[in-house]
Amino acid sequence: MEKFQTFTGIVAPLDRANVDTDAIIPKQFLKSIKRSGFGVNLFDEWRYLDHGEPDMDVSKRQINPDFVLNQKRYQGTQILLARDNFGCGSSREHAPWALQDYGFKVIIAPSFADIFFNNCFKIGLLPITLDHSLMDRLFNAVNEVEGYVLTVDLQTQTLTTPAGERFTFVVDTFRKHCLINGLDEIGLTLQHAGKIKQFEQKRRAEQPWLFS
Amino acid sequence: MQKTLYDKLWDQHVVHAESDEANGMVLLYIDRHLVHEVTSPQAFESLKMAGRKPWRIDSILAVADHNVPTTDRAHGISDPISRLQVDTLDQNCAALGITEFKMSDQRQGIVHVIGPEQGATLPGMTVVCGDSHTSTHGAFGCLAFGIGTSEVEHVLATQCLVTQKSKSMRIAVEGELGLGVTAKDIALAIIGEIGTAGGTGYAIEFAGSAIEALSMEGRMTLCNMAIEAGARAGMVAVDETTISYIKGRPFAPQGELWSQAVKYWRTLHSDPGAAFDRTLVINAADIKPQVTWGTSPEMVTTIDGFVPNPAEVSDAVKRQDMEKALQYMGLEPGVPIQSISIDKVFIGSCTNSRIEDLRAAAQVVDGKHVASSVKLALVVPGSGLVKHQAEREGLDKIFLAAGFEWREPGCSMCLAMNDDRLNRGERCASTSNRNFEGRQGPGGRTHLVSPAMAAAAAIAGRFVDVRTMN
Repeated sequence: MEKFQTFTGIVAPLDRANVDTDAIIPKQFLKSIKRSGFGVNLFDEWRYLDHGEPDMDVSKRQINPDFVLNQKRYQGTQILLARDNFGCGSSREHAPWALQDYGFKVIIAPSFADIFFNNCFKIGLLPITLDHSLMDRLFNAVNEVEGYVLTVDLQTQTLTTPAGERFTFVVDTFRKHCLINGLDEIGLTLQHAGKIKQFEQKRRAEQPWLFS
Repeated sequence: MQKTLYDKLWDQHVVHAESDEANGMVLLYIDRHLVHEVTSPQAFESLKMAGRKPWRIDSILAVADHNVPTTDRAHGISDPISRLQVDTLDQNCAALGITEFKMSDQRQGIVHVIGPEQGATLPGMTVVCGDSHTSTHGAFGCLAFGIGTSEVEHVLATQCLVTQKSKSMRIAVEGELGLGVTAKDIALAIIGEIGTAGGTGYAIEFAGSAIEALSMEGRMTLCNMAIEAGARAGMVAVDETTISYIKGRPFAPQGELWSQAVKYWRTLHSDPGAAFDRTLVINAADIKPQVTWGTSPEMVTTIDGFVPNPAEVSDAVKRQDMEKALQYMGLEPGVPIQSISIDKVFIGSCTNSRIEDLRAAAQVVDGKHVASSVKLALVVPGSGLVKHQAEREGLDKIFLAAGFEWREPGCSMCLAMNDDRLNRGERCASTSNRNFEGRQGPGGRTHLVSPAMAAAAAIAGRFVDVRTMN
């Protein structure tokens, strides 16, 4: 996993609640056995006017000019604003993969679905939760100012606006540590291999039916 | 200290707790790892690239369900991309010696149907799968939840997950359900009440006399939909219904081990007076058959209800979402649910494809015929064994005589990864779990209902109250 570094990025507003994983990456693209390449099909049903299939030439697709990410002012965006319960639905990690592959590094919403939230950290995408009034302010600012950017500093857990205003956000210590250092979580867990074996032996003795 | 069922299950599986500073992150031991073809290939590939091997092969059970065709199975899978995904699962399982029920195996079916059916899901276990509907297995008094692909790899490599404990919620459904009202209606009514994010951050225990009276199939339907309420895990305490369902199943313990297991399983309930972070009590008698009208399971009303009016909603974001949903669904505010006509019917999915579901639907359609305006009515059993059982009971003949198609098991039109799907603008009465935009096919319009209500809609060509059908 790449280390999460401080950056300043263009912010794009997706003004909808309950954006589900089927909307983020429709199921026909889940047939891939790879981990990359999902970015061109991020929000496929909203982003294109024609129906998308995995083997299509993207350059020939019909772009939906009304969809927010297709607007010129949001090209190169790295930070997505959304509303409540972002990422609800399936456990498909293809959803965070698609967002990351598109170029997003941070998603900011008032709330996230549990599995999606968790999946983001596993791949180095940072979901940030802010309260509703702050979200409203950010949506307004992004709509009013073309090229609106935020600086995201995970170390200090702050977002900084172009005017220099700073908002703090909360993140778990362990997850922050993994993100900043780009750590391999499996490697970390395997440092406890002895403990896992010990636990397993005890369990095998107490509940042998689980091991037959 | 009095413990909840969730506390008991959690405490039994903590291998290692990080320091307090890490906000309660623990290493949680996983007893059963269910695997399907969509969320596993990248995990197997990474595992191999890192030079790692699965920690405990005998904890894994694999099956292909999302991409499998429900017709012409003898000819294999025609879509080359779908085929590659299923072949990849076959190859990974063969290479590592993982037990897999292949497409030709009668035990093949939807992963959340076959786990319990085989006795591979047992009380007291932690059960994970790269699939959000893993919550289904909580019906057996186990801790079951969906994980992403990175976590699939993590469990393969370490038999553990790095995770945090959720808060606890108890939803008690008390009293008797009315005739024609099912577990699916309970689930949708709960989601209608607390919303699709109402359970976010919680593990939900379903309790109360109406839950105790449910069969295991009904409890699975309910726990399956816990994720649609935002909760990663749903669960029901172990009782005689649980134990008698498991007895004699292929993966279940036998003889002395059985007695030993049952003794432990009987402790798997919340202690009297155990504290929950949130509790909710619902009167079973108040629940009517439910029908969703929008593009989120919380957009639901009763069969005698009407499509709501966004103009009456003060919250701007919510109003806008409702407007978008109605536009997508092609519905006007104020329309009676019973006047909405349908094009297709889907009876199946990990929510409602078990034998009891098929019996309930067959009972409604017996001796009747699907309305001429309905283009397609599908019954897709949850597994080869469910299909076989239904055929032994003659349910297939009832469905076929009524004009339904009787298919091979799989996820099918719940998410349309195979050839079963809605065309743009088509409206479907579906027993599945998600009415998201495009879920059953791009532009398709899904209304979630119980199997009996889907069957009734198939006959009438529109939504009708199954309680008033003769």
